[in-house]
Amino acid sequence: MRDSNDFRREVERQRPYLIRYATLQLRNPDAVEDVVQETLLAALAGASGFAQRSNLRTWLTGILKHKIVDTIRRAAREPAFSPGDDEGGDEFDALFRENGHWVEHPGAWQDPDAALEQKRFFEVLERCLEKLPARTARVFTMREHLGSDTAEICKELGITQNHCFVMLYRARMALQQCLGANWFDR
Amino acid sequence: MSLTCKEVARLVSEGLDRELPVEKQALLRAHYAICRGCSNLRDRMAFLRRAMRNLKDAGGADGD
Repeated sequence: MRDSNDFRREVERQRPYLIRYATLQLRNPDAVEDVVQETLLAALAGASGFAQRSNLRTWLTGILKHKIVDTIRRAAREPAFSPGDDEGGDEFDALFRENGHWVEHPGAWQDPDAALEQKRFFEVLERCLEKLPARTARVFTMREHLGSDTAEICKELGITQNHCFVMLYRARMALQQCLGANWFDR
Repeated sequence: MSLTCKEVARLVSEGLDRELPVEKQALLRAHYAICRGCSNLRDRMAFLRRAMRNLKDAGGADGD
């Protein structure tokens, strides 16, 4: 029988990790603080749902993901996003000539998977994610990091499927450029 | 009808989010065969997905 104070301490010890995780999806520090706090409270209230200590972080991250999705869903309904996030002309059109061909071909990256072994690479990736417009970043991380499918994202954010595809396209174009400039093509 | 690189770029991304119609897939394959830039973009976007799936491990695991 686990002492409840021990459990509380163990859970509390995961706070920095959870904050870091939530910060990737929600930039607003207040929103991060709220979502992590809610997660810790939910965890303490639902301690009996947690069976194996070895998976504490995984268990907490699972709760956190749900809280993050709730927060994103709420935020999407508020008109708080800056205009220009996903409206207007496409900045990536400039990569192509009038006839639709590349101005400059994207080059090949040498052995990109070797980067997945390097902690520094993920720091660069995180910085690239931070540079995306907030709403684009949310859609992209819901899709690629939280693993939601596009239909689900569109529904939750109340946007059309086509709009979703466009935002994901912009996110991927921006990220591949950013990773090129800051990692692979340096 | 063949595709321009600009159209291919959008389809590469869209193909990661839903299954493209067979005829679009065929047009993409034909385009990759003759366009290094677009095949490189396809490889970059596929890599980006792998990187995002591995991102959660970057937070300095503390031995769980």
